[in-house]
Amino acid sequence: MMARRASAVAWGALGVLAIAVAWEAYKLLGPAEGVVVGASADQPGSGVMILPRTHDRAMPHLWDMAARLFQSTSGGDTPPLIVSVASAALLTLGIAAAGWVIGVAVGGLLGLAMQRWRLVEWGVLPWIVASQTVPLIAFAPVVNAIGNQVARGGAPWPQWLSVAIIASYLAFFPVAVGTLRGLAAPDRIHLDLMRTYAAGSRLTLLKLRLPAAVPYLLPALRLAAANAVVGAVVAEVSIGMRGGIGRMLIQLAGQGSSDPAAPWGPLFGSVVLGLVAAGSVALLGLGLKDFRRGEAIA
Amino acid sequence: MSDLAVRAEGVGKTFATKGGDVIALTGVDLEVRAGEFVSLIGPSGCGKSTLLRLIADLDEATTGTLDVFGKPARRARLDQDYGIAFQQAGLLPWRTVAGNIELPLELHRVGKTERQARVAELAELVGLTEFVDRFPDQLSGGMQQRVAIARALAERPRLLLMDEPFGALDEMTREYLQGELARIAAETGAAVVFVTHSIPEAVFLSDRVVVMSPRPGRITEVIDTAADGPRDEALRESPAYFARVTAVREALHGAPVARANER
Repeated sequence: MMARRASAVAWGALGVLAIAVAWEAYKLLGPAEGVVVGASADQPGSGVMILPRTHDRAMPHLWDMAARLFQSTSGGDTPPLIVSVASAALLTLGIAAAGWVIGVAVGGLLGLAMQRWRLVEWGVLPWIVASQTVPLIAFAPVVNAIGNQVARGGAPWPQWLSVAIIASYLAFFPVAVGTLRGLAAPDRIHLDLMRTYAAGSRLTLLKLRLPAAVPYLLPALRLAAANAVVGAVVAEVSIGMRGGIGRMLIQLAGQGSSDPAAPWGPLFGSVVLGLVAAGSVALLGLGLKDFRRGEAIA
Repeated sequence: MSDLAVRAEGVGKTFATKGGDVIALTGVDLEVRAGEFVSLIGPSGCGKSTLLRLIADLDEATTGTLDVFGKPARRARLDQDYGIAFQQAGLLPWRTVAGNIELPLELHRVGKTERQARVAELAELVGLTEFVDRFPDQLSGGMQQRVAIARALAERPRLLLMDEPFGALDEMTREYLQGELARIAAETGAAVVFVTHSIPEAVFLSDRVVVMSPRPGRITEVIDTAADGPRDEALRESPAYFARVTAVREALHGAPVARANER
């Protein structure tokens, strides 16, 4: 058990290391201007680039990216980049968490209703699937506009709430589908057994369906966490909310040609953010590990 | 109060399928006295499991009347007058042995102290006292089935319904559990309706063996197999036991079986 955990960590570290080595190796060996085929001399920028440029503006050294983290964010007495990244990531994490909670609540209720009433499943499930084909960047401004309307009407509607709702739009989907599948998971024999105990639908839900759904719910919740982070980052950018990691990413990428190592700061920040979000759900799974036992057929 | 555990009169069950109605069971008349051990035996499709499910009110009879302790099967189910065990143990994998045994008690709001006392009692009865904190996946098939029997007994039912409970077990475990079940049935004084494929199993355990045949499922013969002494290993060796096994086999095959054909 311990050895397996250790080897998992070792493989993970090896994977990260391999990417780092590949990056530096290509930067060392690849041509500075990349490889372009089919370019004509009289037309600058023509042709198709099949290998990327390797000069310092396109591919900064890993140690430059790391060093940049500890230099001031944008000159003057602004705090080190890593501090700005951390605070932006925390803000986005908080919003994503709110979106996750909303998404899990809505998805869970939809799943419950669909499992309970076949008619609801037939009527609602196609819409739930269709909802995910709406591009987020088309949907985000609509939510923002509604939020602004509400705020103008006097009710408090902070901008982060719009971002959280957009994040929840991505997060609810796996939860709704996972809940539906999970609640329908119990074997016939277990349902028969509950019937012989004269247990009603509420008791059956509590003592049988919900516990049996845990193995389906945990991956759904993890997926929802990842979706909520992606949704929050994209929503920040598309409705122009300040202070989060999405906005920071766009801002620093825009200054990339003069400060090429800087955009990598928020990029690493968002990677850590996603890991923290997925990891928190994994922690939830530890507390529920008894529900993931399979019945052994001996 | 009726001293009949089960009384079936003209019971039939028809399933509607795409290819038309299928008669699973027809004209079943059967009485099981309180405390009596009755086995239902017959080839696949003879409706023995269907009959058990009707008694348990897991399915509804299409025709006839079916009373359990003098009330309709549905009432008896709601009153928790029977305990049931299936071919698969059907334990909830996320609950310990104790958690599984006390499930029916928990569902019916029996207090915690009483539940614990009852679990200890039942674990002792099925010989699993040291395993109450284990999870089902840590138990052998035979042990899982013993937990299922303990669970079926949790509410002290006067009727036990068992659908091939030892069907998935190896021969050794099977014979051992048959002995245990005979002892438990005698100790609790509960009536048992026991579905099985196995002639020796039926004869060893039962006071009466109900022989059924398929297409359509019906009772063809009822054979008295009451034992003179206790149902223990000595019974398995006795000539009277072999004679009853032969009687049941002949009833199943519909004609006397030549000696040479016997294993």
